[in-house]
Amino acid sequence: MKVLPLFLVLFSTYFVTATLVSNGYQPGDKATDFKLKSVDGKMYSMSDYQKAKGFIVVFTCNTCPFAVKYEDRVNDLAKKYKSKGYVLLAINSNDPEVQPDDTFEKMQAKAKENGFAFPYLVDEGQKIYPQYGATKTPHVFLLDKNLVVKYIGAIDDNADDASAVKEHYLENAIAALESGKDPSPAVTKAIGCSIKAKRKA
Amino acid sequence: MKQLFSISLFLLLAQTSLAQQPLVFEKFDDFEKAIIKEDDNVYVINFWATWCAPCVKELPYFEKLHQENKNVKVILVSIDSRKDFEKKLLPFIERKKITANVVMLSDIDYNTWLPKIDKDWSGSIPATLIISGKKRSFAEYEFEGIAELNDYVNSFINLNK
Repeated sequence: MKVLPLFLVLFSTYFVTATLVSNGYQPGDKATDFKLKSVDGKMYSMSDYQKAKGFIVVFTCNTCPFAVKYEDRVNDLAKKYKSKGYVLLAINSNDPEVQPDDTFEKMQAKAKENGFAFPYLVDEGQKIYPQYGATKTPHVFLLDKNLVVKYIGAIDDNADDASAVKEHYLENAIAALESGKDPSPAVTKAIGCSIKAKRKA
Repeated sequence: MKQLFSISLFLLLAQTSLAQQPLVFEKFDDFEKAIIKEDDNVYVINFWATWCAPCVKELPYFEKLHQENKNVKVILVSIDSRKDFEKKLLPFIERKKITANVVMLSDIDYNTWLPKIDKDWSGSIPATLIISGKKRSFAEYEFEGIAELNDYVNSFINLNK
């Protein structure tokens, strides 16, 4: 009789872990497109950008301190790479019912205050982030023009101090694509806030 | 005599408060040597930060685990910024009356050390590592209550007996 509860616990633990960790893209996978609403009220898809050389998909949110530390850098990257043909799209997957700081109105206020030069999209129903395997904010996915994932992870190696960055991971990855090479490293790790969704298990 | 007493009292108090002060590791390698041990003990190592809401929410469960389960050693690893040690971390520990062992790991070269804790850890917090000897288990999610945390710890212990 003692075994049954233990088995159930192990079984359910496996399920929770599997849902949260194992799914998601690896470099080389083809990413899904989406049709999400931005803070300007319009819908955006990657297929809208037929001439794009690639896409910088950034999972972010309004208040995570790590996401906030990178806001200016994300904005600068959006502007810098737009002219080079790379479209930056930011997605907020936090459920405002779980995290009230991430309502649509607050996203609009943030985009306005910071002069976001990129679409800041709502992951309505939290359906996109699990497909990508985004687990935190910020979490970056660099895609080529065919939506193939080329790089996943951090923007650079110094969240605290932009001027002290030694490794510009994302920019190096884009440079690799420009040279027709695969980024190396193709995956990096960094601290971020977990994405706020209702628990399923 | 009175002076000797005062000095003794002062030293005693100083030692007590020093004992409570969290250790700060600025380099992961130092942290690893001091904290990640592969011996017969069961270590429950939680990664958190004062600014991380779900981390703060589950800390009381780890504190309870520390108080109620003498078979495990709970270590709360704050990844707050080094500069927030005095102004944020210390007051937080005092306010929340945390008695479990707290250490600060302020090494920001995350890409190098996150995989050393767990190769699949993408970096989201809270996250919890359980170690006993060569066996490890890693939870990249928050615990909803003390029951869930106890279940997780006990499953690990039972599996690895």
